[in-house]
Amino acid sequence: MTSAAVEQGGAGEPVVEAPTWRDGKRYAWLLGLLVPSLPLMAWGLAEATGLGVFWFIGPFVVFGLFPVLDLLIGTDAENPPDSVITWLEEDRYYRWCTYAYIPLQYVSLVVACWLWSSGDLSVVESIGLALTTAMVAGVAINTAHELGHKRASVERWLSKVALAQTGYGHFFIEHNRGHHVRVATPEDPASSRLGESFYEFLPRTVAGSLRSSWELEGKRLERRGKKPWTIHNDVLNAWAMTVVLFAALVAIFGPVVLPYLLLQAVLGFSLLEVVNYLEHYGLKRGRRPDGRYEITRPEHSWNSNNVASNVLLYHLQRHSDHHANPLRRYQALRHEDDAPQLPTGYAGMIVLAAVPPLWRRVMDRRLLDHYGDDLSRVNIHPRTERRVLARYGGSSAAGGTA
Amino acid sequence: MSRYSCPSCGYVYDEQDGHPREGFPPGTPWSDVPEDWVCPDCGVRDKLDFEQEGTPA
Repeated sequence: MTSAAVEQGGAGEPVVEAPTWRDGKRYAWLLGLLVPSLPLMAWGLAEATGLGVFWFIGPFVVFGLFPVLDLLIGTDAENPPDSVITWLEEDRYYRWCTYAYIPLQYVSLVVACWLWSSGDLSVVESIGLALTTAMVAGVAINTAHELGHKRASVERWLSKVALAQTGYGHFFIEHNRGHHVRVATPEDPASSRLGESFYEFLPRTVAGSLRSSWELEGKRLERRGKKPWTIHNDVLNAWAMTVVLFAALVAIFGPVVLPYLLLQAVLGFSLLEVVNYLEHYGLKRGRRPDGRYEITRPEHSWNSNNVASNVLLYHLQRHSDHHANPLRRYQALRHEDDAPQLPTGYAGMIVLAAVPPLWRRVMDRRLLDHYGDDLSRVNIHPRTERRVLARYGGSSAAGGTA
Repeated sequence: MSRYSCPSCGYVYDEQDGHPREGFPPGTPWSDVPEDWVCPDCGVRDKLDFEQEGTPA
């Protein structure tokens, strides 16, 4: 990362013209802390009003409020000019916005455990609180994603800490070294295929990513002359954090919290996986003359400029630029004109993905338009390949195989 | 000793330093690094895409 432009000012403030350009989203990033505060808000609102429905505030905000906000607030395609990118990335304010997620996340988890163990909540209310906690856990994987891509070991360690709540510590191995390498190919468990519903995708990505992370770490350790069963295995030491965390919470609050901890973990990582589902649906990289896949380009990710979801998810929706420049910090990610665009923000697309016929109605046509109806360029699910080719394959090069 | 850089993110594999965490002790020649090894920082480009930097020594 070039910091030359910054250093020329000597010690203290960076001198890169902290220019006429202003970051319109600068203070909006603090809204990212809304989600880890939701269990605390649920508690406060339920106490203040006596209404148990507030325990469900998490899914309401993520699946209800944010899709509506995306529609109301609309999109923002503004990019920071190239000349301020270095300055923007070096501004430490932005990274503290992401670090702050983690203490809030764990305060909320401890408070949730205390509430589950207090006996004051009905089973339905406890489940509502578990759903709300799951939103914190799932969005924490997005925070972990931002941190896990960085070179600094502190940020990579914080990434693992953020993943401990869902037991998804293997994600930062598989995502960086597996998914980013194989993205938008049939070999990637975390790239969904045309005709594959979210419910088919979920077990495939969970199992496939797990297997892949284990193989990647196994290979790395083998090169170092080590067996996979060692604490130096990053998959194992990340999972160990979860074991210690859950054991401590059960020891303090009693076994009554365990089912809710497991529930919020499973729903939490499912929330991450539904986002994976919509990021590369049906997109496929072509091959180079030597048989290798072409380099990942903007056209291999689905993007959205909807402001509300972008602020909530640290620009994750500017996904093409992320795949081209995985180390780039969220505040500097750019909208790409030639990248395929989703019809609304990730929050609304999650809701669509939960209803497969609706998803296919909205997305299949959009995908085929992107490829000019050339089905040979689409990542198709083998189970539905014949049907898809029969249905859309009229003008396709691959149509002959149907 | 040569240096090879990732054309995407600028990570440099220096044969002198190797990359011990990845299982390449200092002094591991580039030719001993497997062809399917991907950039440990960005994961965007693999070994075959790396570019050799000027060889000073």
